[in-house]
Amino acid sequence: MDASQITSFVASTHQVFTTMLSLTVTAGKPYTCCTVPKFENEVSGIIGMSGDMQGMVVLSFPTATARNVIRSFTGMDMEPTSPDFADAVGELVNMISGAAKAKFEGKNVSISCPSVVIGKGHKVQQPSDAVCITIPFECAGGPFSVEVAIKNAKVAAKAA
Amino acid sequence: MKVMLVDDSKTMRTIQRNILLQLGYKDIEEACDGQDALSKVGAFGPELLLVDWNMPNMDGITFVKTYRAQGGKSPIVMVTTEAEKTRVVEAIKAGVNNYLVKPFTPDSLSQRINETLSRAKAA
Repeated sequence: MDASQITSFVASTHQVFTTMLSLTVTAGKPYTCCTVPKFENEVSGIIGMSGDMQGMVVLSFPTATARNVIRSFTGMDMEPTSPDFADAVGELVNMISGAAKAKFEGKNVSISCPSVVIGKGHKVQQPSDAVCITIPFECAGGPFSVEVAIKNAKVAAKAA
Repeated sequence: MKVMLVDDSKTMRTIQRNILLQLGYKDIEEACDGQDALSKVGAFGPELLLVDWNMPNMDGITFVKTYRAQGGKSPIVMVTTEAEKTRVVEAIKAGVNNYLVKPFTPDSLSQRINETLSRAKAA
């Protein structure tokens, strides 16, 4: 994973939040996922990438941020136990991943349908063979993060 | 004007429905994937379809190909996160009339719908 790919996720997150939620986001300095996270994950949207780039993207929030963000997205206040809450989180990570992969020039990449995990203090185990980078964000709704663990499949295949 | 929304995300269908209602489209049917849409198009008879690409059971491209193969002639706007040029070309070849990349603004959705209906009327 190179710096331009991290930049793609920063840009796509900004694009999704500005366009669909009317929320401005500020990205912090990215850090490796093995660093102690800046908040406890309580709501995570997960999407897989396959093709020329392989790995996983995780959009994570504390519950309070997730509720604020989903309210901005849907116009409704939802309980995290509602299926519609998980659906909205899934659609957010879908749009962020889709917009980011469109910026991977010359790469043929597919994304999976999203999954959503809700629960205090959970950890999403990223693939061990890809460098995992956490991009911290702040918005008016609170802090959140985008974790990216992807590798170039062609480079990996050549090395094998 | 009968409009069918085909997207596996209820959130996205609700956002699109709210925009359509504001634009004056009131006869709206929803489907959660391509299979669901195929089972509803006959009875509903949509005059415009907004279709997502990535969906479980049957994706948007397979739905569009099947709908066209079955004689479905109504205009289709693909509304998707798939933004690469190769995907747009693939969608057009499958029978999609117009294309809108998520995330989108209400204005951009309105514009695509108007373009699509104008072209369909002129054809």
